[in-house]
Amino acid sequence: MTTITLSHPIKIQQQTIITQEPAWVRWMLIGLALTFLALFLFVPLISVFYEALKKGVDVYFAAITEPDALAAIQLTLTAAAIAVPLNLVFGVAAAWAIAKFEFHGKNILITLIDLPFSVSPVVAGLIYVLVFGLQGWLGPWLIEHDLKIIFAVPGIVLATIFVTVPFIARELIPLMQAQGTEEEEAAVVLGASGWQTLWRITLPNIKWGLLYGIILCNARAMGEFGAVSVVSGHIRGNTNTLPLHVEILYNEYSYAASFAVASLLALLALITLAIKTFVESKVTPQKGKLSHEH
Amino acid sequence: MSTFKQHSVLPGFNLALGFTLLYLSLIVLIPLSAAFIRTAELPWPQFWATVTSPRVLASYQLTFGASFAAALTNAAFGLLVAWVLVRYQFPGKRIVDALIDLPFALPTAVAGIALTALYAGNGWIGQFLEPLGIKVAFTPLGVYVALTFIGLPFVVRTVQPVLEDIETELEEAAAMLGANRLQTFLRIIFPTIFPALMTGFALAFARAIGEYGSVIFIAGNMPMISEITPLLIITKLEQYDYAGATAIAVVMLLISFVLLLIINLLQWWSRRRNALA
Amino acid sequence: MSIEIRHLHKQFGSFAALRDINLKIHAGELLALLGPSGSGKTTLLRVIAGLETADTGQVLFNDEDATRQHVRDRQVGFVFQHYALFRNMTIFENVAFGLRVRPRHSRLKNQEIHERVTHLLKLVQLDWLADRYPHQLSGGQRQRIALARALAVEPKVLLLDEPFGALDAKVRKELRSWLRRLHDEMPITSVFVTHDQEEALEVSDRVVVMNEGRIEQAGTPDEVYEQPVNPFVYEFLGHVNLFHGRIHQGRAWIGDIEIDAPEHAEAEDLAAIAYVRPHDIEVDRFLNGDSALPARVSHILSVGPVVRLELTREDHQDRNLVQAEISKERFRELQLAKGDRVFIKPRRLDLFPHQSH
Repeated sequence: MTTITLSHPIKIQQQTIITQEPAWVRWMLIGLALTFLALFLFVPLISVFYEALKKGVDVYFAAITEPDALAAIQLTLTAAAIAVPLNLVFGVAAAWAIAKFEFHGKNILITLIDLPFSVSPVVAGLIYVLVFGLQGWLGPWLIEHDLKIIFAVPGIVLATIFVTVPFIARELIPLMQAQGTEEEEAAVVLGASGWQTLWRITLPNIKWGLLYGIILCNARAMGEFGAVSVVSGHIRGNTNTLPLHVEILYNEYSYAASFAVASLLALLALITLAIKTFVESKVTPQKGKLSHEH
Repeated sequence: MSTFKQHSVLPGFNLALGFTLLYLSLIVLIPLSAAFIRTAELPWPQFWATVTSPRVLASYQLTFGASFAAALTNAAFGLLVAWVLVRYQFPGKRIVDALIDLPFALPTAVAGIALTALYAGNGWIGQFLEPLGIKVAFTPLGVYVALTFIGLPFVVRTVQPVLEDIETELEEAAAMLGANRLQTFLRIIFPTIFPALMTGFALAFARAIGEYGSVIFIAGNMPMISEITPLLIITKLEQYDYAGATAIAVVMLLISFVLLLIINLLQWWSRRRNALA
Repeated sequence: MSIEIRHLHKQFGSFAALRDINLKIHAGELLALLGPSGSGKTTLLRVIAGLETADTGQVLFNDEDATRQHVRDRQVGFVFQHYALFRNMTIFENVAFGLRVRPRHSRLKNQEIHERVTHLLKLVQLDWLADRYPHQLSGGQRQRIALARALAVEPKVLLLDEPFGALDAKVRKELRSWLRRLHDEMPITSVFVTHDQEEALEVSDRVVVMNEGRIEQAGTPDEVYEQPVNPFVYEFLGHVNLFHGRIHQGRAWIGDIEIDAPEHAEAEDLAAIAYVRPHDIEVDRFLNGDSALPARVSHILSVGPVVRLELTREDHQDRNLVQAEISKERFRELQLAKGDRVFIKPRRLDLFPHQSH
């Protein structure tokens, strides 16, 4: 710090007296912002854990270890374990094509990748029913071959994939665009094959962005509710994911159990945020430190 | 091919683009087209009657009204939160900053039951509002609360980087020319962050329109009063009214596409604004 | 308006940006604050402007204490190094900004604002750009608009922070002489910060040389260039040659040369450094009478009216280089070529006892 201080004495105090509001204005604004965040963010988060533990630790552990809950955990993990790697491969392929090459229609392709973000989760579930459901395009054919997608695990996986398609790709595209193609070109000129270039040059360069995308993708995959709800059929112990299990328990008025299961998901969210914050400090150290700490 | 793609020594373009297009088609494009094709099979008068029936119209009104109010709230408070996070120092700031993204990471069902418990008549927050005659849970106001929660990070995260990039010199220049802080904010800072603010608003609005999980718990879901459009789609599906569900879904999809277009334009505008130093 | 600075001190953490600064700036003067980066010149300018507060000390405007006065009330115009033009406003609105944000009771009518802005844009010769936006202008044009904007509020003092720092060499030269002319027409008390000694000497009425938070010397460009008070000022203002030597009881020795040094009558066998400007080095082919230093021509640069010679001393182990500037006439007279042996002698020098010995 001292060397920076010495060479740029002005830079260290970014907010000078005249671009700083009076103290009472500052504290009023901070107070207002924190009150808003408390009402809409912090208190709801705390209440999840409070409600979960209200009836005691025994009830809590009973709720999260009963067979239906365990089955839901297993299904949620399975869906994420399929959806995340597939979207990872897709994300790397899409980012490679978009960031390292110049071609027509690139912007349209980027918009198409973003599309699932702007589709309501309920609509996302519905379109799979229209394709694979009993009255759907492939419905008769699936019945003939005794295959079940809707109201079964494959439907849940497909819906999960749909809502998480953009996550990794949209992290990687700007990152790889910013890094340019020079290093890859150098590798190719030195005789590396395409896969070698990808493994040895590109992936190490984007590892943090990749991790960032995977974390966000995973959080959404495990937490998706609307789309999965439409295609699940809500069969306990069979096609129930964790978020759906929360709903079922809640509708049965088993609030403590419902919040207990919800607290697992809330914990997952907090871990996601912690890793995300850590990765951000890795990717942009100056953003994490300097600009946030005036 | 030569006009489609510029030459490059890097390999793998055909494979990468081919896989991307195939995956996108199978997962996103073909299923989405199913909604439009199935709707096209529906006679126009029947389609129109479905999507304009009183119950559906009431759901549009609620969905758009509550989404708009929630996005507006988030625009105002999101700007405030971004300002406080960028400009001021206070204890716990790092944690607050990290927690802003909670609505992105927390499953919507969890948010839904937590907000319902809080804002119900006997809840932590609801018990203070009830005596004032304000009922939140199981009313349209509850829909607004849930949509405000899920849209919260959008404005903060779009405005924050733009606010960080404003040079102190600009504000000093305004002060040297005699402007007070309010004038500096209104004439210099606000115009600079306005495109980002609009983008954040549009993102929060678009997200709120399609939201389902967090709303259904707190809304009460009374037809004509607190029933959102996505819930109507589910209701119709449960009644095996596939045609009706699809018709409403198509209306929602078209609205989403228009919003997506607007958001892209806003982002382009925002980037352009900030690129011109 | 005159400005007086008394015992100003400013600390950034453990770094003292300003140490006991005392300075009087006369009304109507164009003053340059010159120094390397980190010397405190910009901090001093910002304290005068009110953008920064000093830890201790006073700033007086027309003998009235302005230390606690708010920027808005100081009637100071400030021009930023990177222009700080408002990018969402046209050039016209940028210049009009200071007039538009005045309190309602003292605000001019729209017509008057229009007239004044148009007048200022004409003054900086850019009235044809009124409807453009800042990003459509070149750097030099932007800086002139920044100046017009600062002048619009009719400041009593004009402060410029490295006004030409971000411009390329040619535009910088043009703007320099333009600023000088503008100041002659409109003699507002002006202070500008620069790290370019040529700029400071060429434009200003008076130069204040700063280093490590202190004022090293203040004087007219002639004074600071011709009579630097210490080695720092000597080295900072233009090229200078260093000769190591000794002083003893009013006499000094540099190599074989012996010189009178009456100002060092007290010195008892001290190491010393002599500073000699390149144009104060006499070059000759032969040793005529007096003592001189033998050297060899190692490089010749003969562009323009002055010929620059790079000479290697032959009597010195370090074989350190000496730069000399002679007229083209003299160069022809001597018929010098690379590798030739010459004798050099300082025509004028300043002696300073060597600190580290």
